[in-house]
Amino acid sequence: MSSKVQILFKNIHKKDSHTYKVARDGGGYKQAEKALNMSTEDVIDEVKRAGIRGRGGAGFPAGLKWSFIPKDNSRAKYLVCNADEGEPGTCKDRDIIRYAPHLLIEGMIIAAFAVGAERGYIYIRGEFVKEAKILEKAIQEAKENGFLGDKVGGKNFRFELAVHRGAGAYVCGEETGLIESLEGKKGQPRVKPPFPANIGLWGGPTVINNVETLSSIPSIIENGGDWYGKLGVEKSSGTKLFSISGHVNKPGNYEVELGIPMKTLIEEYAGGVRGGWDNLKGVIPGGASSAVLPKEVCETVTMDYDAIAKAGSMLGSGAMIVMDKSVCIVRAIERLSRFYRHESCGQCTPCREGTGWLSQIMTRIESGKGVEDDIDLLLSIGNNIAGKTICALGDAAVGPVSGSIKAFRDEYIYHVEHGRCMVG
Amino acid sequence: MSIMQEDTQQDKPQFSASAMKQVEEIFSRYPDERRASALMPVLHLAQSEFGGWLSRPALDYVAEVVGVAPIRCYEVATFYTMYNLKPVGKYHVQVCTNIACWLCDSDNVVKVLEDKVQAKMGGTTQDNRFTLSEVECLGACINAPMMQVNDDYYENLTADRVAEIIDRLP
Ligand SMILES: Cc1cc2nc3c(=O)[nH]c(=O)nc-3n(C[C@H](O)[C@H](O)[C@H](O)COP(=O)(O)O)c2cc1C
Ligand code: SF4
Ligand code: FES
Repeated sequence: MSSKVQILFKNIHKKDSHTYKVARDGGGYKQAEKALNMSTEDVIDEVKRAGIRGRGGAGFPAGLKWSFIPKDNSRAKYLVCNADEGEPGTCKDRDIIRYAPHLLIEGMIIAAFAVGAERGYIYIRGEFVKEAKILEKAIQEAKENGFLGDKVGGKNFRFELAVHRGAGAYVCGEETGLIESLEGKKGQPRVKPPFPANIGLWGGPTVINNVETLSSIPSIIENGGDWYGKLGVEKSSGTKLFSISGHVNKPGNYEVELGIPMKTLIEEYAGGVRGGWDNLKGVIPGGASSAVLPKEVCETVTMDYDAIAKAGSMLGSGAMIVMDKSVCIVRAIERLSRFYRHESCGQCTPCREGTGWLSQIMTRIESGKGVEDDIDLLLSIGNNIAGKTICALGDAAVGPVSGSIKAFRDEYIYHVEHGRCMVG
Repeated sequence: MSIMQEDTQQDKPQFSASAMKQVEEIFSRYPDERRASALMPVLHLAQSEFGGWLSRPALDYVAEVVGVAPIRCYEVATFYTMYNLKPVGKYHVQVCTNIACWLCDSDNVVKVLEDKVQAKMGGTTQDNRFTLSEVECLGACINAPMMQVNDDYYENLTADRVAEIIDRLP
């Protein structure tokens, strides 16, 4: 593995990296120009060969997703960028938007060209007011320089791009909830199938990709899918941004090749665990929805989709939440359960009721009023939610609870037996 | 519609000419026959134009401007947490208490704020200067703990900084 390849963050340390001028001087929009001279099949083929998997959480191969868009032009097609960044722990897309908005726009031009979309939207979480303004400014600059609008790059290709701000609803990060929201409705997810590639925004074929996925595309066009495919490890190609938060000495967003050992990432990039590695209790490896991994697992696990899945969790959005030994796991998960209860959109009974029950029982245990049966009750409620709902928010609510019981059952037992937590 | 408030101050809300220009710009982002998509951005605009919150008459007005049924507008306004359906203070201080911030002692940020402005989370100060809210992850976790005051993020907070930020608000 060659180290320190920077694709997304390559230019972010330059002064005014968010401006068109600095982006263009650093090679910006060259890959859009190159792609516009390729056939759409060839563009999709490069992305497929790169093997890049979606960086928004689900890890679906981007090239394959694009290839599902019907080739006929009977219906208008759309490209949507998911910049909702709602998964607790995740704050990577924000840095791309703030420091490399033109890289994202360039990736979107290439994607739109590849699938034949004439209109695109960037759906950004509502609280990112400044970030939305940066994007709007960048879109304006791209338009003025002929990279958006009627004749993109002087070619016979039209692409209009606009920003759409959300208004505070985690579920709108789910792709079909996002589409509903973009249509001016409550963000309640749709039943799939049909998938957005067939029936998406306003009924048209729609590609939805995360900010980081789209921003990786120009490098794939520049260096080729095979080059990108060799970065990282098998089935987890490329570089990835990891947002490392919590009890580390240097929290931050770090771009590294997938497959890096978690320990290396924490120790060498994030400045190490507060109080030293041996003070580590566990790490939530892929955003709040992913199951916490105890220290023993963190010693050896590598940061790629398969390794994290094999360890019983998921790489998700790549948001690593590091917890040292002072943390009461029960309390941490109780907080997350409250989050999911608050964010359930209420359409599916198992999720609407179940997230409420999980949260109530977690609170009961945390406050010292739980009984031992509550622990299995949590697992049983979880079993009745997971896989039985319209969207994956239900599963997301279950993951942290069942994962923490698996890894830290002794803490739950201590709580119910002593009415308080182990760590004081 | 008990969650929505009637309000005399916002009896007959009306966009100014310059706000109306912004509405036109918002409309231009969507195909003409998809005007309903403009509902969320127009609600954001209305909230900032009409004093930080949306009364029932304001929602009716937005529905009329966008051309959707009022019920559509109520549905959307009640679904999303950023639309305030009750008046808020001049400064809406929102503290993230989700996991990354909690690990970095957001509890203390809450405490310092409550002491400082003399209001509880969810409440508004007597002089209407501050409304305090506890919110979910705002996507700035590597700079935890953090809070948002109106549109601005304040990150890497300490007790001293929180007090200073509050003191410095105009
Ligand atoms: C509850 C929920 C929240 C989600 N939030 C986000 C989000 O904030 N950002 C994001 O990119 N994807 C999010 N996703 C994943 C999207 O549904 C979708 O898989 C993704 O945007 C596809 O893009 P990608 O393939 O490039 O990752 C969420 C999924 C669920 C179930
Ligand atoms: S799983 Fe939950 S959030 Fe998703 S659609 Fe069902 S009720 Fe809504
Ligand atoms: S947890 Fe506080 S900003 Fe993400």
